[in-house]
Amino acid sequence: MELTRRDALVALGGAGAAAGGAYTVSRLDDEEAARGIVERLVPVAEVVYPSQVEVTTDFLETYVVGRIEDREGYLGGVSDSLDTIDSYAVNLREEAFRDAPHDARDSLLRYMGVDEAEPDPDGTEAERVRYYVVNELQYALYTSPVGGKLVGIENPVGYPGGTDTYRRGP
Amino acid sequence: MTDARGPVDDPDVCVIGAGPAGALVAYTLASRGHRVVVLEAGDRFDRSEDEIRMERSLRPAHDAGEVWNMEQGDGRDAYTSSGERGYPLNAARVKGVGGSTLHWQGMVMRMHEKDFEMRTRHGVGRDWPLSYEDLRPYYARAERELGVAGTDDNPYAPPREEPFPLPAFEPSYSDALFADACEEVGVEMHSVPNARNSEPYDDRGACVGYGTCQPVCPSGAKYTADVHARKAEEEGATVIDLAQVERLETDSTGDGVEAAVYTTPRNTHRQSADVFVIACGGVETPRLLLLSRSREHPDGLANSSGAVGRYFTEHLFAGAGGTVEDRTRQNHVGFITSESHALYDGDEPTPLGTKLEFFNYAGPSPAIEAMNADDWGDGLLEDLRGSYGNNIAMGGLVEQIPDAENRVALDETTTDNLGNPVPDVRWSVGERTAEAIRAANGVQHDVLKAMDADIGWTVGPPDTGPAYHHMCTTRMGHHDDETVVDARTKAHDLDNLYIASSSVFVTAGAMNPTLTIAALALRTADHIDEEL
Repeated sequence: MELTRRDALVALGGAGAAAGGAYTVSRLDDEEAARGIVERLVPVAEVVYPSQVEVTTDFLETYVVGRIEDREGYLGGVSDSLDTIDSYAVNLREEAFRDAPHDARDSLLRYMGVDEAEPDPDGTEAERVRYYVVNELQYALYTSPVGGKLVGIENPVGYPGGTDTYRRGP
Repeated sequence: MTDARGPVDDPDVCVIGAGPAGALVAYTLASRGHRVVVLEAGDRFDRSEDEIRMERSLRPAHDAGEVWNMEQGDGRDAYTSSGERGYPLNAARVKGVGGSTLHWQGMVMRMHEKDFEMRTRHGVGRDWPLSYEDLRPYYARAERELGVAGTDDNPYAPPREEPFPLPAFEPSYSDALFADACEEVGVEMHSVPNARNSEPYDDRGACVGYGTCQPVCPSGAKYTADVHARKAEEEGATVIDLAQVERLETDSTGDGVEAAVYTTPRNTHRQSADVFVIACGGVETPRLLLLSRSREHPDGLANSSGAVGRYFTEHLFAGAGGTVEDRTRQNHVGFITSESHALYDGDEPTPLGTKLEFFNYAGPSPAIEAMNADDWGDGLLEDLRGSYGNNIAMGGLVEQIPDAENRVALDETTTDNLGNPVPDVRWSVGERTAEAIRAANGVQHDVLKAMDADIGWTVGPPDTGPAYHHMCTTRMGHHDDETVVDARTKAHDLDNLYIASSSVFVTAGAMNPTLTIAALALRTADHIDEEL
């Protein structure tokens, strides 16, 4: 299942619906920083998301640009957290996180303690990674129908999916 | 430099608190040509940021208080809880324009006829000094003001004279799963009146199913009292936010309130008025009266009875849930569509009011579970699929018997950001109330067993909690040693002080209180209008 630009707009909610034009990094002042975030998020999303979800740059670019525009502190928070992940990868594996194989990326995030970390934007390195990277990705996926449907709920909490679905049977 | 939050010159009415009671009083009186000022301790929230609030409410990094700026760290909302059971006060309220309706669920039932005569019928508490019939026209007005979606299919409900303003929300899929079991057990199901737009109403859109009603509805379909604060302003009222009222001062005779002393981020002011209305809910209302002690009123304002703060009464939660073989389609919406008042009236299984609810949000929500999980990827998805899908649950509210020892007092050893003693909520649950909770659990188990459910949890007397409905702390009645205000909600001891709040309830019933708060507030406004 491929995540699309449209899925990202849905995940952005009202911000996605309200903004005009395409959510591309070219609309941002700091285009390079945003592009770097998108490129570095792809290998994390490939680990955090289930294997049946195909992560695309379109999806992440749209979501990241929307978040940068709509959430104060997001740009700095996610950028610093991705730096942290890369720094662990370089120290432990002598390669950038994106260059590591899937299983190694998964292991590295667990080695950092991100899997068991309490998300906290002002916390430890692992807690910030959990907040700005992992939980951002989970929020984008599982509060939107594309992620909800994986579990069996097409109108998940946080998504304005109307007042029909709760009346339907399985 | 002048303070933009300074007092209004020569108003007729000063309302303290901009929750549903205060906002409705202010709107009603302003629309009848009276000069009204409202002093609100909390913020005026920018509702265009509700999606951000919703995200905070879903993401585990953020405390519940962050959503509506409670417990900001400055001590404004400090309290103590020294009773037998801890009371989580700041989870139970919001300070701001709109008050606790900003985070409420939005269930709005009329109290039953018996609720007004519990002493006569069942020997419990006191009778109210008014009847259901007295309040009935005000209930209808309140339903129109709030925009209540409902249908007249409840065989246990008190009589009503006109249809609900909005059509009811249709029953959920899981309601249908309960139906046969309820019939077998003899518990008739019916719809739930919701203060939530089932279609556009009063310039607000219909519900779009965010599923986060409590604590925030980003679509604005759920009624919140900032609606009436705004309408009051359109009628000429002045609403001053971030205005913490510290005390009321009386004139030299002690017979009338002369001014409300309030503090803004910039200064302390005195707001005079001809009439004062305290509308600060069941905890801050008695606290303000107690803080307003003076030479003429040494035990606190309006407290010659000693009843101010006493009889703090709540609704107790009773619930049970588990899993069934079928998929139950939970967590699509954040409100319930069916309930039952079958146990409410009469003596069996208890004379105390008991209301049963059929949840549409049983079990975990996958998004929230994902953000709290210690796994990701395929492992997480497998876990989510395992935990979502087959949960089922019933809830319910049980009436608490008023007890003078359950009370809101001042904690003289702890002070708030302005140096005033904080409220101390002393709360316990007595044996008769515990019996009623056990009875509710019994019926819930019967229904779940009739569904062949694997019952996984029960909330009974040991771990019951409050429904965050603060009542009876300045109750109404005839002038004696047990009540604070009269049937017009005017303080016995003062010429110009009214109270609009669930604090004037005499007994609690088991119906969510806000529709009754609204009806009483509209009635209070009528009385003040007559007086002015």
